[in-house]
Amino acid sequence: MYWNQEIECLPRNELEKLKLRRLKETVFRIYSFVPSYQAKMDKAGISPGDIRTLEDISKLPFTTKQDLRDNYPFGLFTVPMSDVVRIHSSSGTTGKPTVVGYSRRDIDGWADLMARALICAGATRYSVVQNAYGYGLFTGGLGVHYGAEKIGASVIPSSGGNTKRQIMMMQDFGTTVLTCTPSYAMYMHEVLSEMGISPSDLKLKSGIFGAEPWSEDMRRQLEEKWGIDAYDIYGLSEMMGPGVAIECPEKVGLHIFEDHFIAEIIDPETEEVLPLGEKGELVLTTVNKEALPIIRYRTRDLTSLIAEPCPCGRTHVRMNKVLGRSDDMVIIRGVNVFPSQVESVLLNIENVEPYYLLVVERKNNLDELEVWVEVSEKAFSDEIRKLERLEKQISKELESSLGVYAKVKLVEPKSLQRSEGKAKRVEDRRVL
Amino acid sequence: MVKQISIFLENKAGRLANVTRVLGENQINIRALSIADTSDFGILRLIVNEPEKAYEVLKRDGFTVSETEVIAVEVPDSPGGLATVLDIMGEASINIEYLYAFIGKATDDALVIFKVENPERAMEAFESKGIVVLDSSKVYRL
Repeated sequence: MYWNQEIECLPRNELEKLKLRRLKETVFRIYSFVPSYQAKMDKAGISPGDIRTLEDISKLPFTTKQDLRDNYPFGLFTVPMSDVVRIHSSSGTTGKPTVVGYSRRDIDGWADLMARALICAGATRYSVVQNAYGYGLFTGGLGVHYGAEKIGASVIPSSGGNTKRQIMMMQDFGTTVLTCTPSYAMYMHEVLSEMGISPSDLKLKSGIFGAEPWSEDMRRQLEEKWGIDAYDIYGLSEMMGPGVAIECPEKVGLHIFEDHFIAEIIDPETEEVLPLGEKGELVLTTVNKEALPIIRYRTRDLTSLIAEPCPCGRTHVRMNKVLGRSDDMVIIRGVNVFPSQVESVLLNIENVEPYYLLVVERKNNLDELEVWVEVSEKAFSDEIRKLERLEKQISKELESSLGVYAKVKLVEPKSLQRSEGKAKRVEDRRVL
Repeated sequence: MVKQISIFLENKAGRLANVTRVLGENQINIRALSIADTSDFGILRLIVNEPEKAYEVLKRDGFTVSETEVIAVEVPDSPGGLATVLDIMGEASINIEYLYAFIGKATDDALVIFKVENPERAMEAFESKGIVVLDSSKVYRL
């Protein structure tokens, strides 16, 4: 099932041609309308006319989150505000918020991409889509909403939070597709169990989960617990929002909609473009955005591209599930550790739930990683040594998977923060 | 056998107070208690007058609770009293997981709560040597 078969299955050579034409236009527009990017290009000694092939993209300077902050709020927009019909913004918890804007055409294009994504993940006009991504300044809620309406599904704009009411609606309204973060889906299942409701009492068929990295093991758990198909969706507000890439029923990688976004993988240290298939940082360029086109955006997301054609028929390149964000990554005594690795280890140990927190401290100039894990009802014993044995087992398996020792600390169930949006997995207490 | 309630407690201020408050509010009386702890967490073990109710109310309040069967033995409250009982267990090769003791109000004897690997065999050994194993109803009413 496709939303727009012609474009989604466009032969590669035609897709490349389309990408190049749109890239040239985008570079020209940005050079003409964004003084700060023009200055960057001039400094690099490159002009729009130097972009002749798709490979030439690597000559262009990168754009980072800092660039958006430096040009706060509207400095990177290429249309007058009278043509901007929507503004979204990050919460700005780690600095100045990053603000993004959309023209009418951008909003339509976004809805079209989300429509493709939803259909790709099995939704139809007969679906009842419960959209539990946050509505508001966050792009998740409205982004999914417009796409779901576009395919003609019945949308429940439930937004995040009020979990019992979410479940009540799921039951009463016959929700078939749930859209939210994977961590919220886990939490919702916990509440579902507490309410004594079985997933088989629901009509839920699939979940479209994104906005944070999640592992294959997490997929298995979500699919088993809910009895659904779980699809990964990828997006970021700087590019647009959700709908940049989506998994198809093959569930091997996410198709990046290349008629809108050009993907590169770079070495985050040297900033060199890596050959197809190698692991590195995803860099994205918008080639079909009007109000806020962005060139070579450093996403900080670590993944790799899949060269092989997909059996689903879509010709657009796939990216592997994001392994982690380079800013979620913690470096412990020189070893890179991602929360998703810890998650995978926990999900493979019996009676352990994937509620955890990585706490990093520096003691005597040495990094120490502590992993807090909630003790589950099933794992609890009245004997200390059994609990200590569990701690040791988790610690041992973490060490063999992460390559670094982690002290495991069992904490009380439900004591770690439950998220209704993006989960917090790392607490870095190091004072550097 | 006697039902013991065990509760997982993080080493955080106020956790023990929370448990006892919940029990108090539900009119549950603690008969005996012990805490085993590591640097991170502890296990609170309780003998109460109404174990089923205690289990329910604690669980409802979000605590991690389990029920364990333990043996309550009457031990003479005099020097060497506990040694006699432990010798019997040693002879019968019964491994003790843990134990704790308290002095009852009603009798002149002390009470010892045992968690052992093989409770049936322990009961037999005690009974054959004339050691009084207390009935659960009696323990709850102490």
